[in-house]
Amino acid sequence: MINPLRSEAEAFRFLLGTIVYFAAIAIAAAVGGTWPGLVVFLVLTIAVIAWWFHARRSERPLQTAPRPHEAGERRILVIANETVAGRTLRTMIRERSEGVRAEVLVVTPALNSPVRHWTSDEDDARAAARERLDASLAELHAAGVDARGEVGDADPLQAIEDALRTFGADEIILSTHPEGRSHWLERGVVTNARERFPVQITHVVVDLEQEQAAADTGRTHSV
Amino acid sequence: MAVHAEAHPHHHGPPKANQSSRVNASVLGMLLFIASEIMLFGSFFTAYFFIRVVNGVPWPTPPYHLPVFVAGVNTCILVTSSFTMHWSLQSIKKGNRAGMKAGLVLTFLMGLTFLLTQFREYSRVGFNTSNGAFATIFYCLTGLHGAHVFVGLTILGIMTVRAFRGHFTPEDHHGVEIGGIYWHFVDVMWIVVYTTVYII
Repeated sequence: MINPLRSEAEAFRFLLGTIVYFAAIAIAAAVGGTWPGLVVFLVLTIAVIAWWFHARRSERPLQTAPRPHEAGERRILVIANETVAGRTLRTMIRERSEGVRAEVLVVTPALNSPVRHWTSDEDDARAAARERLDASLAELHAAGVDARGEVGDADPLQAIEDALRTFGADEIILSTHPEGRSHWLERGVVTNARERFPVQITHVVVDLEQEQAAADTGRTHSV
Repeated sequence: MAVHAEAHPHHHGPPKANQSSRVNASVLGMLLFIASEIMLFGSFFTAYFFIRVVNGVPWPTPPYHLPVFVAGVNTCILVTSSFTMHWSLQSIKKGNRAGMKAGLVLTFLMGLTFLLTQFREYSRVGFNTSNGAFATIFYCLTGLHGAHVFVGLTILGIMTVRAFRGHFTPEDHHGVEIGGIYWHFVDVMWIVVYTTVYII
């Protein structure tokens, strides 16, 4: 966002702009009276607002290209919340890691209610996300995948952007619930991520209920 | 008996601060600061415009006069101090310590001159806070800004002492940068106050 007080140099430019703005209004009012002063005020104010909107639109989020790395090495960024413990996701990560030296970063957004988010009450959300993440990482390690993880921003797109700043991913795996049960799909997170990030994005659907039912059936048969 | 020992990856001491990058912490701090200042000055300006526009009180109320010329000279002094502040920061960025010190001393002296001139103006203006709403809001607006100049001078004083004690380098001059932002903000607010209270 455009913040005129982000640095001393910007604040100084803001001061110069303020001098020009008020000087023009005062001169117009002194020379022509109230109405010319008002006209200059309106014209300048509209110009400043138009410039601000234009400059704001021009500010693009930082896009992070993958860092150069050795042949045979692949960096995979996984974004998953409740589905982070899903077998389908783990299988896909394992498949993607086969035959290459894979570096896997699993990011679990700490989902929170809007009220709790704006009151900065996110300890419980982060703790729950950390618990799911740890369980998933343990299973990935057990499957021989070298993965590390972190809890990210509640907004999955923001979590991706944060991760890309420090982890130049070759591929992003975005895991969601099936259509109809996924808030992320409802909000168009996958589509938006494909538009926003210049990295290959793979969408994997994890049906935890189906996996649980299959696991229960398997246990019944084995008994 | 099996003993389960687990290496805990978390560090000791206080928990690591969590920062949601939706809004950068320093930007958020500055935004909150600006918001609080806008609300503070905004409440006084609301009172000012209410008195002047809605109530239609003549400004300044006869028989009083505002010292427009003296305040104009004072405005020039304060605006010039922003230039010396900017010069000071540019100097230290280029490794010119003498320039930084000179810039800070000049800025401090000009800020002090502004504040002393304002006190002098108060003593000669011929009315006080009890002489009606016009006088009250005049003192409130200029006094509120004067308080900000005082805070700015305190910051400048600390910055100047630090500069003479050998602090700040071309790589590390955050103290000068933050103080400079505050000083420019104080200048901007004075331009608004001067234009609305003295000129228009």
